[in-house]
Amino acid sequence: MNFDFSEEQQMVRDSIARFVQDDYDWDTRKAIVASDQGISRDNWKLFAELGWLSIPFAEEHGGFGGNIVDLSVVMEELGKGLVVEPYFPTVVLFGGLIKRAGSEAQQAEWLPRIIGGDVLGAFAYVERQSRFALQDCQTTAAKSGDSYVLNGEKVVVFNGEQADHLVVLARTSGDQSDRDGLSLFIVDAAAAGVDKMSYPMMDGQRVSNITFKDVSVSAEAPLGEEGGALSVVEALTDEAIIALAAEAVGIMGVLNAKTLEYTKTREQFGVAIGSYQALQHRMVDTMMAYEQSKSLLFKALCEYKQDPAMAAETVHALKVLIDRNAKHVFGEAIQMHGGMGMTDELDIGHYAKRLMMINTTFGDGTYHRNRFIETAFAA
Amino acid sequence: MDTAYSPEDLAFRDEVRGFFEEAYTPELRARMRSNHKEGAEEWQRKLYEKGWVAPNWPAEFGGTGWTATQKYIYETERSLAGIPNVIPFGLVMVANVIMAYGTDEQKDYFLPRILKSEDWWCQGYSEPGSGSDLASLKTKAERDGDDFIINGAKIWTTYAQYADWIFCLVRTDNSGKKQEGITFILIDMKSEGIKVNPIISIDNHHSLNEVEFSNVRVPAKNVVGEIGKGWTVAKALLAHERTGIAGVADVKRAVRVIKEVAAKDENGGQRLIDDPGFQQRLADIEVELMALEFTELRTLATQAAGGFPGPESSLLKIKGTELQQATQEMLMEIAAYYQGVLPTDLDPEALGHEFATDARLAYMYGRAATIYGGSNEVQKNIIAKYVLGLE
Repeated sequence: MNFDFSEEQQMVRDSIARFVQDDYDWDTRKAIVASDQGISRDNWKLFAELGWLSIPFAEEHGGFGGNIVDLSVVMEELGKGLVVEPYFPTVVLFGGLIKRAGSEAQQAEWLPRIIGGDVLGAFAYVERQSRFALQDCQTTAAKSGDSYVLNGEKVVVFNGEQADHLVVLARTSGDQSDRDGLSLFIVDAAAAGVDKMSYPMMDGQRVSNITFKDVSVSAEAPLGEEGGALSVVEALTDEAIIALAAEAVGIMGVLNAKTLEYTKTREQFGVAIGSYQALQHRMVDTMMAYEQSKSLLFKALCEYKQDPAMAAETVHALKVLIDRNAKHVFGEAIQMHGGMGMTDELDIGHYAKRLMMINTTFGDGTYHRNRFIETAFAA
Repeated sequence: MDTAYSPEDLAFRDEVRGFFEEAYTPELRARMRSNHKEGAEEWQRKLYEKGWVAPNWPAEFGGTGWTATQKYIYETERSLAGIPNVIPFGLVMVANVIMAYGTDEQKDYFLPRILKSEDWWCQGYSEPGSGSDLASLKTKAERDGDDFIINGAKIWTTYAQYADWIFCLVRTDNSGKKQEGITFILIDMKSEGIKVNPIISIDNHHSLNEVEFSNVRVPAKNVVGEIGKGWTVAKALLAHERTGIAGVADVKRAVRVIKEVAAKDENGGQRLIDDPGFQQRLADIEVELMALEFTELRTLATQAAGGFPGPESSLLKIKGTELQQATQEMLMEIAAYYQGVLPTDLDPEALGHEFATDARLAYMYGRAATIYGGSNEVQKNIIAKYVLGLE
């Protein structure tokens, strides 16, 4: 029984924390979000040099060979700084799919480029009607001689604007919501017939609606077995949810610390508002929400590290608890900050907005409570 | 114990419904979104012409003279039609103060202008150091002949950027208890020495401001009520503000909207409205709302004789704002990934979603409802002290 982080993990944590503290202060982040690209390419190069982009990839491809715990350390620290550079879309999603489903040749081609910071990727999976149902897919890929032809639309593609390559979830057979018949394709975002409409989200990231009109990709482009993509995507989703939960835990910790500090210094009625027992108990509640979230995250990490299949039930529980506790923590953070918490200038609201986007990504609490009931109450 | 509508009430309901259908045109609805000030002014002028702009004013000042039931019907129909409330700062807040405490000269000058929406009003209560502890306010008013000279700053001033007038609490005396020495005064926003600094809120919009006063000269005749008795005036006004804040009718409409959109949004072929977890959460909101509606009616009935509402209005504020936030949260949940979309001018067809942007605006700005008008924590203090007698 050991919940300590290794020396190596501690070093990665310190290195990201130092970057956030020294090079990613609030004004710097604001300037990056407002810039043309909405991210800093220099930062991305730096992340590559510091090895952060290599964490979840195997050593044979130049990776760090890290496990889920290593990845969660990175996500937690990036979360604390509200880092908008597309680590989650490129490394966790785009890279995560290639490492899972890619052939030897595909992995050898793509993973070193991701690790080197030479490619920005995205995973295009949400459709207008699909909400959280991954299998609800109307985008089609039809085999035509030596190639596949893609038609359809994906929406709210994280990092869609800057991504030069996409992994696209498309239907090669079956009906709209069939679990079978889905396939993954690596698509050049600059290919003929790919059209993007990009727009900013409240958490500082840029996303895109991307249409595919007779987009031709080579027969080598499919990632993994034709028709069998759903299980790959579901496996990715488990890892991604744990990574996002780690990010959320990092953010909740920051919000609690900032709010605690504020209640100790903000004076009303001649005393610090934190001296009121009514508020003290609420601060205790948000502290417990944070600790409980962290505990369930640790359970998911331990299980997933041992065997990803073991974590299936916990992953649903984690999404339910993070959803509830994140809302609780950011709600109290805004409320305790009063009018100041309502301002765009203060970072509190921005942390809240990131938590809201984390909550809805790959299914919110309501959705995963149902999945949890299906899993845990079965038999 | 009876809430059944009389035939006259039913006829009144039909009249209200008919007027809203005809007068609140799609063009006006669009203008409310694109230019809130112009839209609100146009709508309030239409209401004025109809004689309905001030349901809560006594008839002698140009109010409707409606019964409590008629007011309830009007409010219900308004929200069911998706029509926002009037801008409250003039018509609801300062008007009530002027009617109760103002001089004849103040009544004659300001009340008709407020009825016709000729002046846009804003509220100068909170200060950077005085939020929940409103009585600690420091904005100073010093007597100089027939005038006061005002120095200080107000914050969270909604729509100060549009305002012609601001009603302020200022400190005219420092010697006694902090609640003493506060004076309620009306200040022309065009006065020299006033600076309005915008505050962008977490919905990324500009409705809040900081208003700075440096040596602003204000005639002493603009004081409402007695000099040094502003705290009494302010408390009465806050109670008024709180009842309006409950927004029961608007929450009812929100529940209806949630049911409509949840019947369309699907997860791989499964409608959200059929999801037991979703149903239970919505049912919990609806149950609480049904009770709150009757809590509000009980308050209205007690007040039907006139006068200012008492501390029990704090209950309406707390429960009402909690329910508002609960419905706003559910709409965001339905919007799923789209809840984060920032631009408000994206074509819904290209975006792929109808209501996400509005849901985000309402949800984010809605965080303020439990903070403004006396935070919900302060409301609980008021109930504890004045209703329960706990000191």
